[in-house]
Amino acid sequence: MMSGIKRDHQRFKQIVKGKIKQNLKKYISHGELIGRQGKDYVSIPIPQIDLPRFKFGRRQSGGVGQGDGAPGTPLGPGQSEEGSQQAGNAGGEHYLEVDVTLAELAQMLAEELELPNIQPKGSGAVQAHKNKYSGIHTVGPNSLRHVKRTFKEALKRQIVTGQYNSEDPVIIPIKKDHRYRSWKSITKPENNAVILYMMDVSGSMGDEQKEIVRTESFWIDTWIRSQYNDVEIRYIIHDATAREVDQQTFYHTRESGGTLISSAYRLANEIIDKDFPVSEWNIYAFHFSDGDNWSGEDTKLCVDLLRYDLMPKLNAFCYGQVESRYGSGQFIKDLLDNFKEEEKMITSKIESKEAIYRSLKEFLGKGK
Amino acid sequence: MRRILPLELQKAHAEIKEIARGYGLDTFETVFELVDYDEINEIAATGGFPTRYPHWRFGMDYDYLSKSYTYGLQKIYELVINNDPCYAYLQTGNEIVDQKLVMAHVYGHNDFFKNNMWFSKTNRKMLDEMANHSTRIREYQDRYGVDTVENFIDICCSIDNLIDFFSVFAQKPASTKQGGLEFNSDEFSLDSQVKKFGSKDYMDRYVNPRDYIEAQEKKNKEESEKMRKFPPEPQRDILNFLIHYAPLENWQREILSIVREEAYYFAPQGQTKIINEGWASYWHSTIMTQHVLKDSEVIDYADHHSGTMGSSPGQINPYKIGIELLRDIEDRWNRGKFGKEYEECDSLEHKKTWDKKTGLGRQKIFEVRKLHNDVTFIDSFMNEEFCHRLKLFTYGFNRRTGQYEILDRDWRKVKNQLLFSLTNFGNPIICVEDANFENRAELLLTHRHEGVDLEFEKASETLRNLQLLWRRPVHIATKYNNQPKLLTHDGKELKERDA
Repeated sequence: MMSGIKRDHQRFKQIVKGKIKQNLKKYISHGELIGRQGKDYVSIPIPQIDLPRFKFGRRQSGGVGQGDGAPGTPLGPGQSEEGSQQAGNAGGEHYLEVDVTLAELAQMLAEELELPNIQPKGSGAVQAHKNKYSGIHTVGPNSLRHVKRTFKEALKRQIVTGQYNSEDPVIIPIKKDHRYRSWKSITKPENNAVILYMMDVSGSMGDEQKEIVRTESFWIDTWIRSQYNDVEIRYIIHDATAREVDQQTFYHTRESGGTLISSAYRLANEIIDKDFPVSEWNIYAFHFSDGDNWSGEDTKLCVDLLRYDLMPKLNAFCYGQVESRYGSGQFIKDLLDNFKEEEKMITSKIESKEAIYRSLKEFLGKGK
Repeated sequence: MRRILPLELQKAHAEIKEIARGYGLDTFETVFELVDYDEINEIAATGGFPTRYPHWRFGMDYDYLSKSYTYGLQKIYELVINNDPCYAYLQTGNEIVDQKLVMAHVYGHNDFFKNNMWFSKTNRKMLDEMANHSTRIREYQDRYGVDTVENFIDICCSIDNLIDFFSVFAQKPASTKQGGLEFNSDEFSLDSQVKKFGSKDYMDRYVNPRDYIEAQEKKNKEESEKMRKFPPEPQRDILNFLIHYAPLENWQREILSIVREEAYYFAPQGQTKIINEGWASYWHSTIMTQHVLKDSEVIDYADHHSGTMGSSPGQINPYKIGIELLRDIEDRWNRGKFGKEYEECDSLEHKKTWDKKTGLGRQKIFEVRKLHNDVTFIDSFMNEEFCHRLKLFTYGFNRRTGQYEILDRDWRKVKNQLLFSLTNFGNPIICVEDANFENRAELLLTHRHEGVDLEFEKASETLRNLQLLWRRPVHIATKYNNQPKLLTHDGKELKERDA
């Protein structure tokens, strides 16, 4: 039976995919689905589709359990969620895994945020060579022998020479019947991209601020990856000095001390010059900070660095300012004042997790 | 596809059937079918019926079942349908000892289905009925579109717990009582004038005292108010009420009836989860350990039996509670631990070793399986010793720590909590109070608040669905944080006000 259940299952999956789309905003701000497994798939735990019913609020109702422990002993969080409000036969809320490829995710993101496709710069400027099997040759290595074509040749020869007997159709290819696959080299324009993440880790950036940065960069990553074949990511952290770090360190370091933003920009510039020739790479720089630079002088230095060194090399420079209790948040104003006319400069204020959605739209909405 | 049972299983079936009969189990004919894991997941996903109407939620359950099977999280051992003949499914590839265990277990369920009074009103030809429902709904899908019909089913499912479990036992089942809810025009014009006894003028205030007359007038007035109210009495079978009085298309009415019928069919299974599983486990245990098990199978059997009975800390297992309570009852009645004399005995020592050799245990549990559902079962038989022996406790949410914590081991509290969670199958009790609320044809529901608030989000969504059926604003009177509240959905938005 292409049973009813297969069709029901199909339908459920469609609904679930639709569900992800509608709830995307919520996912982004909660950042709960970020767990990349393998190369291409993320598993997204999503709650089952739970049709609304008149039900008791769980927190108030409690239940009955079995086991050891004095009053006051906490139950494991897992057990309590599974609960046994209905004498243990209620499933509780179980979570389903839905496999969505990163490509699909990016697609959803794009639809949701109405993102334009990125216009790669210097389109075709970068050439890549690729081999493709496209033809047939009479000579070649045995490993590439095209069996079907070879036998076809043998059959033709036998018919022509009258050796073919339809009663006893034995076909024996001889050397000159052999055919081999052959390849052509094709050149394709290729677009590569590099993302430089810079984060302010000075004392004023707390865990909450980092969480925001982490969520936001995941989605930026996802989007840019969907637009380019090959994406490199580099991470820079800075307080008063800047250094390049790996991903782990990037998200987890907490330093203290002052903030000299120019140090990061200088380092970014060096990395670009060293590893990413402008003619071959689409370069994106993202900088997250609470906007509390040490001095006006350093800010001036930053502006100069941006204007004369970085901007000409970049596809876009995105500055995200995370709200923090300590920061004055002056830097975003300085940037805006200095780069009014600059299209590549994109700034965004991210006050809270809920603002990530809007901020993504600001960063990625211009198709740079 | 269905396979004929291998000879070995046929023999096992015949043996178990004989033994079950010998114990006095009274069952429908049992048909075992051998299916593979995927098929059993399919059948389980549709509530045991291979021919169920199309709906995504069966796909959702299938998805869950097949994923948990694939990742080795859980596996369905037995699946049995309350039907005559009783269908039960065995999974290919299970050990023979497992198959025997399942068969014995199924005979327990089968006997329960046939004899328990709460099942007595269920349709025993439900397999056919489900197939009919499926055909009808497919026809509607062809005619009105898959999405339209499915959306409507979604709405129906969202309110399918608003039924009255007891109405099937009413003298006149609610479904045929259509006329009973109509206005009675004679009574409607009921005069509030009270008939006086004839008397001479000067005797009048003695023969017809003023107080009495006034009280009667008031009463009559109230009566006529009540008659004017519709429905005259609050209705718990809200689905039935909507089927009769909501402005639905014919096909919608039909689908709502189907959903209601299936809800009533499944209701007793929800009402008797503990006692039913307990009964089946009692019998698989008895039949297996006393008759069927071979020496070589004992370890596997013990492993699987304890797996079924195991309870993780902080959760109760209906199988475990059920079988333990039945055995407890059997023991009590075997030793005569009941009645006035036992209750009034105040020597613990004496009580502990109490044995009148009454030997009524088996007879008693057969009676229990005939008369009880989970609520009455727990209410009548769960006692202090039992709660202590099984280490039962109540738990609740501690706002301060943000965790669920063990609250109490007092057996009365445990029992009350358990009964509360079982009453009305753990659903809030909600009635249709007034179908002409504020004289504007709006629907008023009341929630009989018993200490636990309704989940607000879900309640408002459900109200929205009810509004889609009723097409006029729908209200529910309930309480939040002990404040009477009236929630209203008018199709556009939810309003909340103090009531």
